[in-house]
Amino acid sequence: MEPLSRPSPYNPWSDEASIDMTQPRARLGPFLLGIVRPAIALLLAAGVAVCAAAQPPATAGELRWGGDPEGGSPYVEADPLDPSRVVGFEVDVAALIASKLGLTPRFQPVQFASIDASVKRGDFLIGLGGIEDTPARRATLAVTVPYYGFREVLTVRAGDASRFRTLADLRGRRVATLGGTIAYEILLDAQAGGGAVAVSYDDDVHPYSDLAIGRVDAVLLDHVLAEKAMRRERGLVTQPDAVAVGHYVGVLDTKNAALRGRIDAILREAMRDGSLEAIFRRWGLWNNDQPELYARVLGTIAPVPGSAVPSPSGEPDEAPPPGSPPDTAAAVRRYLPALFRAALITIVLSCFAMALAIMLGVAVASGRVYGGRLLRALLTAYVELTRGTPVLLQLFVLYYGLAEIVRLPAFVAALLGLGLNYAAYESEIYRSALEAVPKGQLEAARVLGLSERQVFTLVRGPQALRLALAPMTNDFVALLKDSSLVSVLTVVELTKQTQIFAANLGSWLVPGALCAALYLAMSLPLARAARRMEAKWKAPTS
Amino acid sequence: MEGAHVMSGLVLEARGVTLRRGAREVLRGVDLDVRRGELVAMMGLSGGGKTTFLRAVAGLEPFDTGSLSVDGVTLTARAAPLPEVLRALRRKVGMVFQFHYLFEHMTAAQNVWLALVHVHGVPRHEAERKALDLLEQMGVGARAGALPRELSGGEAQRVAIARALAVDPPLLLMDEPTASLDPARRDELGDTLERLTQSGRTLLAATHDDDFVRDYADRVVVIADGRVVEEGVPAAVLGSPQHPATRQLLSQKPRTDREGSRDDRRPRDTD
Repeated sequence: MEPLSRPSPYNPWSDEASIDMTQPRARLGPFLLGIVRPAIALLLAAGVAVCAAAQPPATAGELRWGGDPEGGSPYVEADPLDPSRVVGFEVDVAALIASKLGLTPRFQPVQFASIDASVKRGDFLIGLGGIEDTPARRATLAVTVPYYGFREVLTVRAGDASRFRTLADLRGRRVATLGGTIAYEILLDAQAGGGAVAVSYDDDVHPYSDLAIGRVDAVLLDHVLAEKAMRRERGLVTQPDAVAVGHYVGVLDTKNAALRGRIDAILREAMRDGSLEAIFRRWGLWNNDQPELYARVLGTIAPVPGSAVPSPSGEPDEAPPPGSPPDTAAAVRRYLPALFRAALITIVLSCFAMALAIMLGVAVASGRVYGGRLLRALLTAYVELTRGTPVLLQLFVLYYGLAEIVRLPAFVAALLGLGLNYAAYESEIYRSALEAVPKGQLEAARVLGLSERQVFTLVRGPQALRLALAPMTNDFVALLKDSSLVSVLTVVELTKQTQIFAANLGSWLVPGALCAALYLAMSLPLARAARRMEAKWKAPTS
Repeated sequence: MEGAHVMSGLVLEARGVTLRRGAREVLRGVDLDVRRGELVAMMGLSGGGKTTFLRAVAGLEPFDTGSLSVDGVTLTARAAPLPEVLRALRRKVGMVFQFHYLFEHMTAAQNVWLALVHVHGVPRHEAERKALDLLEQMGVGARAGALPRELSGGEAQRVAIARALAVDPPLLLMDEPTASLDPARRDELGDTLERLTQSGRTLLAATHDDDFVRDYADRVVVIADGRVVEEGVPAAVLGSPQHPATRQLLSQKPRTDREGSRDDRRPRDTD
């Protein structure tokens, strides 16, 4: 057997992986996915909230387990035939564990990025669903023995197959992946070394669709996801050489270390008796890596120290001492520059978007006050449409929906999306401010002989601006925070960077505080400057 | 025609001006002549049409029938004035509103030179000098850098007059000029307006203040129900009012006795 650290050439089109899993979602365009996914996430989040409030975390006789149905097939997804059920190999693994524990499995949907935090809160006993074995998880959670070995593989467009074979070939190129994963860490390391440029996504569909249309030049992700994508997107090729290998594990809260021990025993038994193999064969995921992994877990071959997983802190089959905290101070030092950079992106993006919103807002407001009936109707429609739909939806449409027509760079799409959205709100502020300027001021200007245009630019506009200042400041602070939404367009701004930091550290406490401090450092001076300006304009009558 | 007006010394000539707002006839045929250098006071009960007439003369409100001429510029009925007519009118008519409507975001001086620079193309430094001169003349030169909200009512009125005079209009319209002034300030204003008429300017002021009219107006016209009902020198018209509207007008306002003022301690009966 070949050692794991030297991955053998890997063929994603091997027989084992050839089961055709007809996925209804695969037939939907990325645009629809973009809209449907957040909607589902929203519903699920609401569901989680309701469930969490309504039910105790563990009902007697049940094994509550959490996973992200957005992760989709083959992990966990709603059964296409019965959406009230979930199906996937993780569902089968959960069922296996539950039955050996003499319990009924009960699924708890949760956002992928929140699984760790959710299991710690006690929302469910065990989290499953493509959860990678990482040092951060080992430090903060009770992690099961690995039950599946995966490879990080590079997927490229067919035309690039010969020139982009390894990560080293992608120097200076944009390489996409899922944020908060080992693959993202690998890309960040590569980027720090002057290699590929890491582009982080919140889902595993858009990296591949963006690859197909040329927004990125490669995707680095688990072979399971790569295979899924290859069935969906045409013209993509997955390189045979693995960039790294990793394992999927289950995660439990450290206080459930005893239960983790029982689950480890169940998983080991399932490796011996072939029931795990049966599950992975059923889902077309069985390959030669698994027997090697099982042998290592069962101790029948010597564990290989230092697998290709970057900076591993322990052997995957050795349970680490639970609760040993990672060095927070060191992590802060390591992440602080990245947080500052992200804060810079947030402020630059917000300033540009606000500038656009102000210019457009003035134009829309003037059109609504001075324009003809048709123009007024059109502008009203724009304002109502923009205010009446979520900015997240608008961002998705701009970036993914229009990708067939115009391929906006992520930052430009983010700027446009936020700018266009806020322009609607700004225009309403300006419109009411314009209408609030006393008629007498306008008549005084007209009697002096000013043209209507001059009345607007010299008298009405400047006075309206003073009235609009306070609500505008409000909006700018709101925009500063709403700019966090553009992380769905792969722009890593402050909130996204904080998420990445928190995932790496396994805790939200310090990253959250730092993030809040940075947002306040940006918004407080602004509010102050606005107050000062207002005070200057509204000096008390002498 | 234009020559005739100038020759006759008429700065304002109104003939049968009617103006309707919806179903209400606000002006029902106003005839009024104002000669150069005159200070004419227009009196009448609230809602009688004084302010509306001033607005029509200033080109702020189109009227329905009749004709209006200001120093040779004729406004036609039933239409918004043509741009060139309006441009010409703006040089002939200045207006001081009851509440002044100084531009809140500009200093006193900026208020005065705004139209000079932006409408009449006067170079900025020249316009600024003229604005300061005018403010000096009005006795508020020291307040040139103040914002309107920093001015007292009397100061704001003087700035508003300076603003209206900046383009040197032959006719100055004033709506309730003494409404917010105490007697001392009112006399200052009267003296200022007298100086203006002595230098050849013509003033038409809508007012309720019969003391002010007695002391400073050359002539008074009383407007009631959209018509001129009585007209003459203040002493005659206010001394022995002929029309019921004039009598009602004089009975309504409580006022302090002044030298030369008529004793009005009489019952508040209406005609």
